[in-house]
Amino acid sequence: MHKKTIAQLVAGLRSGEFTSIELTRACLERIRRLDSKLNAFITVSEEQALAAAQAADSARAVGQGGALTGIPIAHKDIFCTRGVKTTCGSRMLDNFIAPYDAHVVERLKAAGAVMVGKTNMDEFAMGSSNETSFFGPVRNPWVDTAVPGGSSGGSAAAVAARLVPAATGTDTGGSIRQPAALCGISGLKPTYGRVSRYGMIAFASSLDQGGPMARTVEDLAWLIEAMAGFDPRDSTCVERPVPRYAAGIDAPLTGLTIGLPKEYFGEGLSPAVGDLIQAAIDVLHRLGAQIKEISLPNSRLAVPVYYVIAPAEASSNLSRYDGARYGYRCSQPRDLEDMYERTRSEGFGAEVKRRIMVGTYVLSAGYYDAYYLKAQQVRRMIRDDFIRAFEEVDVIMGPTAPTAAFDLGEKTSDPVQMYLSDIYTIAVNLAGLPALSIPTGFAAGRPVGLQLIGNFFAEERLLNVGHRYQQETDWHARIPPGYE
Amino acid sequence: MNWEAVIGLEVHIQLATKTKIFSGAATAYGAAPNTQACAIDLGMPGVLPVLNEQAVRMAVKLGLALGATIAPRSVFARKNYFYPDLPKGYQISQYELPVVADGELTIELDADVSKRIGIIRAHLEEDAGKSLHEGFEQVTAIDLNRAGTPLIEVVSAPDMRSAKEAVAYMKKLHSLVRYLEISDGNMQEGSFRCDANISVRPLGEQRLGTRTEVKNVNSFRFVERAINYEIQRQIELLEDGGKVVQETRLFDTSRNETRPMRTKEEANDYRYFPDPDLLPLEIEPALIEEVRKTLPELPDAKRERFMRDYGLDAYDSTVLTASRALADYFEAVAAQCADAKLAGNWVMGELAGALNKAGLDITETPVSSEMLGVLLQRIKDNTLSGKIAKEVFEAMWNGEGGADAVIERRGLKQLTDRSALEAIIEEVIAANPNQTQQYRAGKEKLLGFFVGQVMKATKGQANPQLVNELLQEKLGG
Repeated sequence: MHKKTIAQLVAGLRSGEFTSIELTRACLERIRRLDSKLNAFITVSEEQALAAAQAADSARAVGQGGALTGIPIAHKDIFCTRGVKTTCGSRMLDNFIAPYDAHVVERLKAAGAVMVGKTNMDEFAMGSSNETSFFGPVRNPWVDTAVPGGSSGGSAAAVAARLVPAATGTDTGGSIRQPAALCGISGLKPTYGRVSRYGMIAFASSLDQGGPMARTVEDLAWLIEAMAGFDPRDSTCVERPVPRYAAGIDAPLTGLTIGLPKEYFGEGLSPAVGDLIQAAIDVLHRLGAQIKEISLPNSRLAVPVYYVIAPAEASSNLSRYDGARYGYRCSQPRDLEDMYERTRSEGFGAEVKRRIMVGTYVLSAGYYDAYYLKAQQVRRMIRDDFIRAFEEVDVIMGPTAPTAAFDLGEKTSDPVQMYLSDIYTIAVNLAGLPALSIPTGFAAGRPVGLQLIGNFFAEERLLNVGHRYQQETDWHARIPPGYE
Repeated sequence: MNWEAVIGLEVHIQLATKTKIFSGAATAYGAAPNTQACAIDLGMPGVLPVLNEQAVRMAVKLGLALGATIAPRSVFARKNYFYPDLPKGYQISQYELPVVADGELTIELDADVSKRIGIIRAHLEEDAGKSLHEGFEQVTAIDLNRAGTPLIEVVSAPDMRSAKEAVAYMKKLHSLVRYLEISDGNMQEGSFRCDANISVRPLGEQRLGTRTEVKNVNSFRFVERAINYEIQRQIELLEDGGKVVQETRLFDTSRNETRPMRTKEEANDYRYFPDPDLLPLEIEPALIEEVRKTLPELPDAKRERFMRDYGLDAYDSTVLTASRALADYFEAVAAQCADAKLAGNWVMGELAGALNKAGLDITETPVSSEMLGVLLQRIKDNTLSGKIAKEVFEAMWNGEGGADAVIERRGLKQLTDRSALEAIIEEVIAANPNQTQQYRAGKEKLLGFFVGQVMKATKGQANPQLVNELLQEKLGG
């Protein structure tokens, strides 16, 4: 049962081959048995999951329910869940139980999905390896000395290890795509504004976007259709009809033009990854796509710009964690100043503190123009590069990450090396575009991801291309040894 | 040396929306602590602000009334600082691009002296909660009911030169926002709060002196006192060879003095940047026109009209248009009794006196405009003398009913029956032969004495003109 995709599970539930209770129990059992090694979950909500599964079976029995009724999923622990702890991977929120559901959680609940738990993540989504989590690192199901990527490392590992058929993630600079690539699964970062951010704990508000992580592109289509849609509680959410994403995924690729940015294939790209991307290009070319070299001249500026804008927003977004109303508070504060200082020193980990300091610095009087304002100007240039490119091509393609999964501890002492693992994903967030990462082979036994970048709100096209690719290949169907 | 004070005011006005500026929680004053703060007001993780359209309309209304420019695009920014009553660790405000800019307000100083005060900008922002220290030991309590209440901050140009001008400006602005019905203007409840920027310079000097900012002076009286104190303090400091330090000061109402709160060196760096959770506020010309149609007659226009149509002088017109409710009351009374001057005298005299004594606002008066109008009609038709009318007013104030009922019950109807009065006058003359003789000998001042005697005999109900006329006739004979 755990090997089935959502599409297959829905068929099984519909035909009565198995019930949601059976399916949910199977997931919970696999989590119990296998997660001690992976550490993909921060919270497993067994009781609520079984109650929801029961309700799903009852609904199905009387012919009710939504598209995903009875399908177990996990939520990244950045999405607030009413009554179930939401930690954001931080000591600061170790005791936090939200009195509300995030919009994404609400939508998936309404579609009938059964939440089995909350997945591990880099603290406040700040990290590319899941090593900054207060709850310890997650291990890559393919190689247990390797990182799963981050920040949605728990979700990626849980899906790759077949603990759950799907999970939610969030992507601020690559946090869905990079762990999807490193764990050999599929992940979609939607257009900024496509999915409401309400109830999703903010890291960098102008970049954050929630999205689905699953094994196949077809499953992503089912999930995004449930997650997307207008929410008046998020002013940056776009009011625009939600397409039936799964309906168009089989369309032929003839007439499609794929752009390959030369900047994505230069120095820094591992040759093994480069070869696999080339092989993927050949597959798509065979399927009828035209291939064209393009240029995104400001690409090299994406990482530095991101590490000004994201920390700036984060430094402000994380100010609310002050020990006054909820979350962690230091013991026996002497006075207000002491409460602030010790609560935040003890409650946040090193990477979060580093970014708060950088962000505070770039917004300071006297530095604002040189850093924050300049970064916003360059951000527009990066966006304009993409807009120009999409006048010539339909989809932009390249590697998701420059290398396959690196080892635990390999980059923890060098933040800049860590930041560079998002070199191909970050520009997409700065521009607000949708992008997909899908498995495209293995380098020394470690999965490699192919990234597809689309024009604004062109998720349908991305899913179509990704699905056609997965019809021709079976990388997405490979199961990590030990998790069969 | 002669010194000149330079004053600019920043007034924070709470807007009278039903719900908060970025959340659906109620804004009503005085609820139990923390019962009107939702997840958004509490700064919970993951929640987001959504702008209240009513607050925007109110800002546009104020902008139009100030003759200002309404920005087609303005931007909300975050003002970052830590304080326990600021749940998010930042206040959402407007910084570089405010919604309203470049307006003016004209203040009346003396009967015919007015002055134009520039308005640099007005911007929308959210209020903070309150820290409560009294009644708690070892801890500070936080009430977040006020957090997220919409404010519009109106920043004047440094155009005022005295405390008196500053107070006139504040009063004018206060009156304006109540005319526009965008704020209840309740100063005790903090709906209308003022920070004053004050500097002094030698008379004739063009450059500005170093200023201090006096925070949170929340009554007209305190503004006047705080400014006067601060002007004096700065002058004395400079005359003694000292320097004014740019700093924020607090006004201590019990000691009537200002004292330093924080200096510029230790001032916060607020790290303003555009709030990524909110889109730029775009205001279409159609909305501006829609709001323009809802503008009431503004105080200045009303004042002009009172002078023109009712023949009132500048002073009376200013007083009667101080609030929309008072102006409406006056107009209703004037219409009823068909004598604007009489109506004005009574509204500013008896009524204002009684309200003042009872500590009531015009909207709380026990004597309605219709009741007062009828009373004044009874003066006009000679049913009552002015003096007796005051007695009737008092009775109406005390809840004894309308003028006619009081007159009837108390038998206060004016004596205008000629023959009856003649009889009384003859009795008075007969009873006072000495005075009669003196009067007839040329001591005409004694007429007043006779009038008094007749009034006494008629319990004040005699028609004064008729008494005069008849007395002169009888005494002369």
